[in-house]
Amino acid sequence: MTDIMTSKVQVSIDGRTVEVDRSATVLAAALENDVFIPHLCHDPDLIPAGVCRLCFVELDGRLVTSCNTPVTAGATIRTDTAAVKETVRGAVELLLVNHHRGSLDCDEGEACELQKIARFVGIDEARLRRLRHPDRNLAADTSNPFLEFDPNICVLCGICVRTCDEIVGVAAIDFVQRGVYTTIGSAPGEQWIDSDCVSCGECVVRCPTGSLSLTDVEVPEREVKTTCTYCGCGCGIHLGVAGGRIVSARGVRENPSNEGRLCVKGRFGFEFVNAPDRLKTPLIRRGGVLEEATWDEALDLVAEKFSVHRGASFAAIASAKLTNEENYLIQKLARAVQGTNTVDHCARLCHSPSVAGLVQSFGSGAMTNSSQEIGDARCVFAIGTNTTAAHPIIGLQVMRSIRQGGKLIVANPRRIELAQHADLFIQHRAGSDVALLMGMMRVILDEGLHDPQFIALRCENFEAFRESLARYDDATVEEKTGVPFARIAAAARMYAENSPASILYAMGITQHTHGTDNVLATSNLALLTGNVGRPSSGVNPLRGQSNVQGACDMGALPNVYPGYQKVDRPEVKAKFEAAWGVELDDAPGLTHLEILSGVTGGRIKAIYLVGENPALSEADATHAQEAMDQVDFLVVQDIFLTESARYADVVLPAATFAEKEGTFTNTERRVQRVRKAIEPVGGARTDLWITCEIAKRLGAAGFDFETAAEVMDEIRALTPSYGGITYERIEETGLQWPCPGADHPGTRYLHGERFPTRSGRGRFFPLTYRPPDEEPDDEFPLVLTTERSLYHYHTSTMTRRVPGLELLRSEELVEIHPQDAAALRVATGDEVRVTTRRGEVVARALVTEVSPPGTICMTFHFHEAPTNVLTNAAYDPVAKIPETKVCAVRVEPVG
Amino acid sequence: MATTELSPLQLGPVLATFERRPDVLISLLQAVQASLGYLPPDAMGAVARHARVPRSRVYGVASFYSQFRFNPAGRRRVAVCRGTACHVSGARMILEELERTLGIAEGQTTEDREYSLETVACIGCCGLSPCLSVNDEVSAKLTPKKVRKQFRAAKKSAPR
Ligand code: SF4
Ligand code: SF4
Ligand code: FES
Ligand code: FES
Repeated sequence: MTDIMTSKVQVSIDGRTVEVDRSATVLAAALENDVFIPHLCHDPDLIPAGVCRLCFVELDGRLVTSCNTPVTAGATIRTDTAAVKETVRGAVELLLVNHHRGSLDCDEGEACELQKIARFVGIDEARLRRLRHPDRNLAADTSNPFLEFDPNICVLCGICVRTCDEIVGVAAIDFVQRGVYTTIGSAPGEQWIDSDCVSCGECVVRCPTGSLSLTDVEVPEREVKTTCTYCGCGCGIHLGVAGGRIVSARGVRENPSNEGRLCVKGRFGFEFVNAPDRLKTPLIRRGGVLEEATWDEALDLVAEKFSVHRGASFAAIASAKLTNEENYLIQKLARAVQGTNTVDHCARLCHSPSVAGLVQSFGSGAMTNSSQEIGDARCVFAIGTNTTAAHPIIGLQVMRSIRQGGKLIVANPRRIELAQHADLFIQHRAGSDVALLMGMMRVILDEGLHDPQFIALRCENFEAFRESLARYDDATVEEKTGVPFARIAAAARMYAENSPASILYAMGITQHTHGTDNVLATSNLALLTGNVGRPSSGVNPLRGQSNVQGACDMGALPNVYPGYQKVDRPEVKAKFEAAWGVELDDAPGLTHLEILSGVTGGRIKAIYLVGENPALSEADATHAQEAMDQVDFLVVQDIFLTESARYADVVLPAATFAEKEGTFTNTERRVQRVRKAIEPVGGARTDLWITCEIAKRLGAAGFDFETAAEVMDEIRALTPSYGGITYERIEETGLQWPCPGADHPGTRYLHGERFPTRSGRGRFFPLTYRPPDEEPDDEFPLVLTTERSLYHYHTSTMTRRVPGLELLRSEELVEIHPQDAAALRVATGDEVRVTTRRGEVVARALVTEVSPPGTICMTFHFHEAPTNVLTNAAYDPVAKIPETKVCAVRVEPVG
Repeated sequence: MATTELSPLQLGPVLATFERRPDVLISLLQAVQASLGYLPPDAMGAVARHARVPRSRVYGVASFYSQFRFNPAGRRRVAVCRGTACHVSGARMILEELERTLGIAEGQTTEDREYSLETVACIGCCGLSPCLSVNDEVSAKLTPKKVRKQFRAAKKSAPR
């Protein structure tokens, strides 16, 4: 009967013989074969709980709950016997009476699974009325801006409780109180908004009764499948449209990057698209003020000015929020039309050390693994990443790994949320990562926990590296990191002994004057233990913005063409000269900071700034503002009049991600479609159209693109790793690069056989510890580090136009340890002045043990308190990234 | 999310005697209640951090057992019996009358901390049902009227 080869078994369901998965439950088997069994507490993503008692069937004559009973070969399943019906009807009646206002017609209508079940089993209203009803009528909790809880129709299936625990890992809610008073809650009298809830809405979308529901739902007329515009997780979403507006978002279940899950921004963060203050018409500065102008006037003026600032005096700043196609066109404009390689974008400020570092050690500067693989790692080492806040959906994979028994090591100067789930939490001093990682590696080598075979077969430069480890003795490491060495040694063992191990990192590693060294330290660690080139094992820089990976891939960088082909290689130059039909410059251009200081130095005269806001995002922001003020001609192309746009000579209104076609490449190298859901508002145009229009008005050939797909055709021809990526192939599911050919399936994890370095080997790097550029002293005794809030994104241009997100977090907060707060006589809510050598900012204090003594922490989301006025622009010599993670500050109470 | 910390001096020594593991939760809650008399939210937060469990789980577990209270006890602890005998003979009416008279719901304490109101399982005087106890002193064969009389003083001071 059983076919061992196929892992299928045969069972009979209501007299019909069917083949089902050997591992299926009886319920799953029935549902798959279109036999309905009532069920309320079952969800395919959750561990069966068996609490609602509605899913009874007869299995070989025995009454069992089908959701938590596995099938057995040859079993006879009956869903329709009198005993089944009687049992289920009784259970449904009790649920209706006790938990569902005792009525059959609740206003949740189709949203309520229990109503459907009641109709299915045939409930007699008269009988219901005879049963005693509880007389409680509890108030609904409407405190959260995005979701509501009505306890009166809650059937206590526990799906929300389990979702929040098993999937989200937050466990904000639980069953509270007892007996007939049992309900869902967090703490006595506490409202939902004050719980630990992160407003992801995952519980709401799974609630079977409508007891948990979304606030202000507007039913969409149609949905468009696209990719989230926020972080690099790159979640698939169905955007709902009604009346020409974006009204809803829903996760795409088939999308491997998020499997239907979303975070608060991805589910609720799209109101900005329809914000009333979107830029709707071009603006030209006349007599000192920005005045409305026509597209022709604005574009002609831009072309006229750009034509006189060709070559070294021109700079383009592209954006990680634009599509691949648009980034491609902007760098093409800079290079082929303006004759300069000076094009850069904000990756300079976030992951340039990853690109610079991992390219040297592994030959490729991207995540080695797929997001999903992280959930299968035996050990996750999260260093310098606040994953649950900045990459929430990858955070869910970390939770999945823990649930499967994987180890979690968290290294972070701040006690982030993940720390409470960690097997080992290392709270090292900000900027001491090299000492920490090299210390770990010395332990691994001393104790023989390394992988000699992998090192011998696949690596190079090991001896030089080994020698440099000698400098990291216990005492030195302890002194630099401020962490007891035994803890560091324990982390080393945990990482080395639990394979496959995956390193995750983000800005905590990169935003330092030694950012590239930090990155190389992570790659050393992976090479040493052979943790690269297999599923779930590797080094994974988590990219911040929706298309920061793509913007780098497209060559919006001053030293490389698309596909990281170096501008100073003659054969590369020849290739692009032939393709574009122009002569190109072989000198690498200026980086982000160099562009701005190039203005004050007199070299840069014109800047084409697309979709970026350096006035808030640049380290030492005051200097950035001065530069934008000074430059002869500044064009800002954006969706809102940002803080930076206020300095512009011409402002061009651009379309949002919801108003255009294209592709984003997410952090796991997956190239996915962005689709137009609505027409651009007002007179806004897509960046693709605008850039092409400027180029054409400059007399350039090669910009006659009608569609994004045509641009992708050109990208594919010139970018080897995108060689096989066509819109047809990514219609349903994206492809992960490298995807060199039309029949190449894409690449889940990198470096399986060889590294794409010259020698084909992974390279070790000896490293020397260097302290941060600025260390605390008498005048500036504390350290300032920076972070992101889950509820906001970058300079908050988009998220602060979403009222619910603004409600969840509406101001800058200076996180300060109770010890430092006591010394300064500061309490939570007090205004404090934070001063550095570069400027000062006033914001409220939040006294918390999340920040260690001696270190304060701020975000950079709020223009009222522009944190980057404080940060240090000293930069990494290789990657030229400013040290936004560490600077010396003084804090004083205001007044 | 921001919680004001309870002074570690108050709870520190209590917490310190327990290992930082989820399975100590119930004994930890008992110890905290023994030292504070009840479980204020901040204390539950501290327990959650110490036992490394979510805050919601602490309240979920604590509120499942009737031994834990979330309000300070009043100087007079009124306990209404909800055992079977009392239930059948009208404990519900007694409880409702008390809630009206004292101006608090079950599980709460009057603002002046004079009275707290709770229910208990059988207090062992089934023959005298329905009954209640005030600080272990039993009042028997109650009616709503008797309740009103007994707690008349409270009614005057009850905040309405
Ligand atoms: S919205 Fe998300 S975090 Fe909040 S309770 Fe539901 S599942 Fe938990
Ligand atoms: S912000 Fe990131 S995690 Fe959240 S839905 Fe968008 S892509 Fe996914
Ligand atoms: S679905 Fe099986 S018990 Fe609820
Ligand atoms: S039932 Fe109330 S005293 Fe026994």
